[in-house]
Amino acid sequence: MTAVAQTGEGPVEPGQIDRERRAAIITASAVGGVGCVAVAVPMVASLWPSEREKAAGGPVQVDISSIDPGQMKIVEWRGKPVWILHRTPEMLASLKEDHELLTDPESRRTGFPTPEWALKDPALRSIKPDYFVAIGICTHLGCSPNGPFPANENPQLGAFPGFVCPCHGSTFDVAGRVFKNKPASDNLEIPPYEFLSDTRLLIGEHKKSA
Amino acid sequence: MGLHATPYKGLLGWIDARMPSLMQAYRTHMSEYYAPKNFNFWYFFGSFALMVLVIQIVSGILLAMRYKPDSQLAFWSVESIMREVSGGWFIRYMHSTGASFFFIAVYMHMFRGLLYGSYRKPRELVWIFGSLIFLCLMAESFFGYLLPWGQMSFWGAQVIINLFSSIPHIGDWISTLIRGDYVVGDATLNRFFSLHVVAVPLVLLVLVVAHIFALHDVGSNNPDGIEIKDRTDTQGRPLDGIPFHPYYTVHDLYGLGFFFLAYCAVLFFAPEVGGVFLEGNNFIPADPLQTPNHIAPLWYFTPYYSILRATTAEFVVWLAISAVVLGAMIFLRVRQQWLRITVAALVVFAVALLAVPGVRLDPKLWGVVLMALSVLSFAALPWLDQSPVKSIRYRPGWHRIVIGVFVVAFFVLGYLGMNPPTPGRTLVAQVCAALYFSFFFLMPWWSRMGSFKPVPERVHYAAH
Repeated sequence: MTAVAQTGEGPVEPGQIDRERRAAIITASAVGGVGCVAVAVPMVASLWPSEREKAAGGPVQVDISSIDPGQMKIVEWRGKPVWILHRTPEMLASLKEDHELLTDPESRRTGFPTPEWALKDPALRSIKPDYFVAIGICTHLGCSPNGPFPANENPQLGAFPGFVCPCHGSTFDVAGRVFKNKPASDNLEIPPYEFLSDTRLLIGEHKKSA
Repeated sequence: MGLHATPYKGLLGWIDARMPSLMQAYRTHMSEYYAPKNFNFWYFFGSFALMVLVIQIVSGILLAMRYKPDSQLAFWSVESIMREVSGGWFIRYMHSTGASFFFIAVYMHMFRGLLYGSYRKPRELVWIFGSLIFLCLMAESFFGYLLPWGQMSFWGAQVIINLFSSIPHIGDWISTLIRGDYVVGDATLNRFFSLHVVAVPLVLLVLVVAHIFALHDVGSNNPDGIEIKDRTDTQGRPLDGIPFHPYYTVHDLYGLGFFFLAYCAVLFFAPEVGGVFLEGNNFIPADPLQTPNHIAPLWYFTPYYSILRATTAEFVVWLAISAVVLGAMIFLRVRQQWLRITVAALVVFAVALLAVPGVRLDPKLWGVVLMALSVLSFAALPWLDQSPVKSIRYRPGWHRIVIGVFVVAFFVLGYLGMNPPTPGRTLVAQVCAALYFSFFFLMPWWSRMGSFKPVPERVHYAAH
């Protein structure tokens, strides 16, 4: 162990640790380090979304009174397509029949988690049965599936109404649940939304406990 | 196995056995680069300039992530950076304050060269690379200044590009080529963005590396102007030299503390410096139909701008007289016949272009020529300075007065360039321009005059 020189004792022999110098280096490095961090913080912060981008991420209101049964409206929220499908009684009935054909009928997977308030009936995945709201992006690699196709109109869906993704062929039912043996393994994502009235939806927020 | 022998251990040893150039470079440029031990205040500014270069590049990269080089969007993208991006105001002010501090550091750095004869043999190449860096820096700031697309950006670019159109015959063609259009517009903005962000920074980096390599190959000068390599110890190390690392790395870090104090004081408390660093007119979006009442370039260009403006028809007459006088002085100094004939011919040619009606060029063009000459004169110093000693310390006392007069003229020209011209101010600018050019072009004579003091054998150094 090399000898350690005390401070204030003048020149240091080779082999001895110069305590004074070491203290000076540590102190200067600490203060300099504080300076570097102080500069780095705003520089790294600038990489995050700006106020304008955060404002563009705000919620969107939609009037749903003009959507006929079987029709779907698409609105943009945070740069993504949000589907609002007015489901027919036939569509609702089909949701009870396809349980064995689905990968995750109870929406238990966590990759694209389904909010609790949309799972009061796992076969419906919505607040009200008549209106299905989902983010229209395939959970495989991000294309937007085509549809809604009524029953027996699309060979990839067969007897069930639903959606077909054109990119790699994943299929979803009218509650956004993915069919078995497809490239996608997760059900469609449900955005936060709530009903402001019977004819107005607010997409982007869900504050009510119901 | 092809591995190099290495004295280093661990990871460093592994790398050194395969790429010895890295540690060789460290030794050559840092731990075994022997710099004179008597560096003073003036010797901080080279490393300050390097620090500012790094700051400009880093802040520039971040700005370029948000800035939009489109004439419709540019101004607003800068405002968005200032108001909406987290820390955006800080990054923008880093860049604008950095631009001005770059020139402060570079002018101080050049002045050191003037004081101690740093440009003399064998360091002429260091000085030439430095002059090229200075030119690139001016180009870089000119291109960068258009980017915010404010009133001053637009009209400043308009004026400077029109300087080129005053060149006979090819002027308009050159101006159109620079602009990418018949007027300063979107095409100009986009190409200036590309030049400012990619082209000139690459050239600057290469030149800075060349500048430092050229210096390290011959060794640094010092305030006493003597060559420390003339007196070495038994291992070939200069007696008056100390290894750059750790002595000057630590020394420069200490100096950087003060530099950052000044830089941050400006950045946080007065980034506009009353309109000198960031001009008020530039907070108005560019309007091609309306020029602001008062156009001025940034403060670091104002001395040369002043010289441009001072070149009036009357001044051109004085130029012709000066050309004859200078020609006569050179004629008497040189001995060879062919040189004398060349000088005489050049004087006749110059006088014709200056004063002979029908042949003479516009004062506007002579203004451009003088402005260019005022920037390029610095580059000629290694050959203009004929003093037997390098450093001001051993020159006649009155040489300090001559340099002082030059500095005062430079500052006065700078101040005048920031303000609108009046007949009185133009006269002052002309006198200062005359002093400015006399300093350079009479230097081969005045630098030899007076009684010089004996130059010491070893540097003057007091431990502190």
